[in-house]
Amino acid sequence: MDVVDLEKTPLRDFNQALHDLAGKSDEASFQVLNPRGKHAVASGIDAPAYVEIEGSVGYYCGSMNKQATVVVNGSAGVGLAENIMSGIVHVKGDASSSAGATGIGGMVVIDGNASSRCGISNRGADIIVKGNVGHMSAFMAQAGNLVVLGDAGEAFGDSLYEAKLFVRGNVKSLGADCVEKEMKDKHKKLLRELLDKAGIGPEVDVSEFKRYGSARQLYNFKIDNLEAY
Amino acid sequence: MCGIVGLFLKDKALEPELGGMMAGMLSTMCDRGPDSAGFAVYGAGDEGRVKLTLRARKPDFDLGKLAETVSHQIESHIAFTDHGNHAVLVVAADKADEARAAITALGGDDVQVFSSGTRIEIYKEIGRPNTVADRFHLENMSGSHGIGHTRMATESAVNAAGAHPFSTGMDQCLVHNGSLSNYAGLRRQLQRKGMTFQTQNDTEVASVYLTWRMQQGASLGEALESSLEDLDGFYTFVVGTENGFGVLRDPIACKPAVMAETDDYVAFGSEYRALAGLPGVDKAKVWEPEPATVYFWERH
Repeated sequence: MDVVDLEKTPLRDFNQALHDLAGKSDEASFQVLNPRGKHAVASGIDAPAYVEIEGSVGYYCGSMNKQATVVVNGSAGVGLAENIMSGIVHVKGDASSSAGATGIGGMVVIDGNASSRCGISNRGADIIVKGNVGHMSAFMAQAGNLVVLGDAGEAFGDSLYEAKLFVRGNVKSLGADCVEKEMKDKHKKLLRELLDKAGIGPEVDVSEFKRYGSARQLYNFKIDNLEAY
Repeated sequence: MCGIVGLFLKDKALEPELGGMMAGMLSTMCDRGPDSAGFAVYGAGDEGRVKLTLRARKPDFDLGKLAETVSHQIESHIAFTDHGNHAVLVVAADKADEARAAITALGGDDVQVFSSGTRIEIYKEIGRPNTVADRFHLENMSGSHGIGHTRMATESAVNAAGAHPFSTGMDQCLVHNGSLSNYAGLRRQLQRKGMTFQTQNDTEVASVYLTWRMQQGASLGEALESSLEDLDGFYTFVVGTENGFGVLRDPIACKPAVMAETDDYVAFGSEYRALAGLPGVDKAKVWEPEPATVYFWERH
């Protein structure tokens, strides 16, 4: 594993080295020291690399990630794994606003809490939060899954499309057009697969979760509303 | 954008380090607000004395001479400390109002009074925040708590008076990241209640609002709570009082905030970068303040 000390190596050089891995199949791995809250650490990787960051990072860590595994042994600022395409971004601490926003695929695992707008406009990523999520999480989420082991804040799932939301704790309030839905066997199976993939064992029982989804009243075109267009 | 840093020391032994810690924090926030900066430091103070921090708007204006004239006029000693185009005047508390009136009468538009209080001093200037910190030797200042701000102006002109912190009451100060949308109307309401304003700035309206609420008998916590009802817009506020340090974010909480607490201090930063250099931050409790929640620390 290569050691990169961001006190010595300019961040742009490190990110460029990660971008230069694109198209190569060898699995490079890096241990990153002294991130000190820097922005866009390990963003835009498109290779099966492994990056482990020792400390807290700033905005957009692991954003646009393809294939790579990015682990943060600390907390993350705004926009963690924003627009993730594939691979895994795993934060051992907390994440600030808009974690996993607009993701298309891959998995985001947050061991602590995520603040507001977690999974906003999700388009296909799997986001697993072991703590709580803040207000407006899963806002306008179109696809993918959001799993919350703790509680969810206000206006959860507001203006939701077809993302699936699972919450073990309490939901402070549901947003417009977000409703609780029946937890069928196929949903329990999906949830179990997601938990397994995130390394969460059978001590977390899928039957403790509630499922939320779109009531599909807001985003459907209705002929009755024609005059509003 | 704008950047905020704040530091409240729990361990008195760290007080000589306050300015040095704050200078490091403020410098990391340069790129969030490169046009101007300011900081408030709550240092030593005596009951029965009031400190006034003044800024001369013209480089050749002699603040020392002004202090001497004011001293003669109010027939009371004024201790004067020169800080370049700023100065701190220490005057007997029962003469403070008289002194302030004399400063305004004699100095006119050439002099700005940035703060008054037992312990507060405020320094504000245009230019890059690290340059502003160096210019006033923030790194050498000591105190129990302090608040700094790096400004990227939106709602009013870039000048020293429009930089933060704003102080509109004794030992009070406020810094703000965000923009208020109902400030013009609120300013008119507050003016009708007899409150006065020095600038066209939205943050000053928030500061005067809190001062007015506290004049009505509210505690700082209550004043902050009521601002959730009466202020419209985006804000992360950090406020200081003689012995306290508070934080409030609007209910949407678009403007960033991160805090760190150890046995020795409570620190605020717009980004974690501002906190990364603090001693023991690796072991600190680090968290993001909740929206629409008043946080307040007070030393006893």
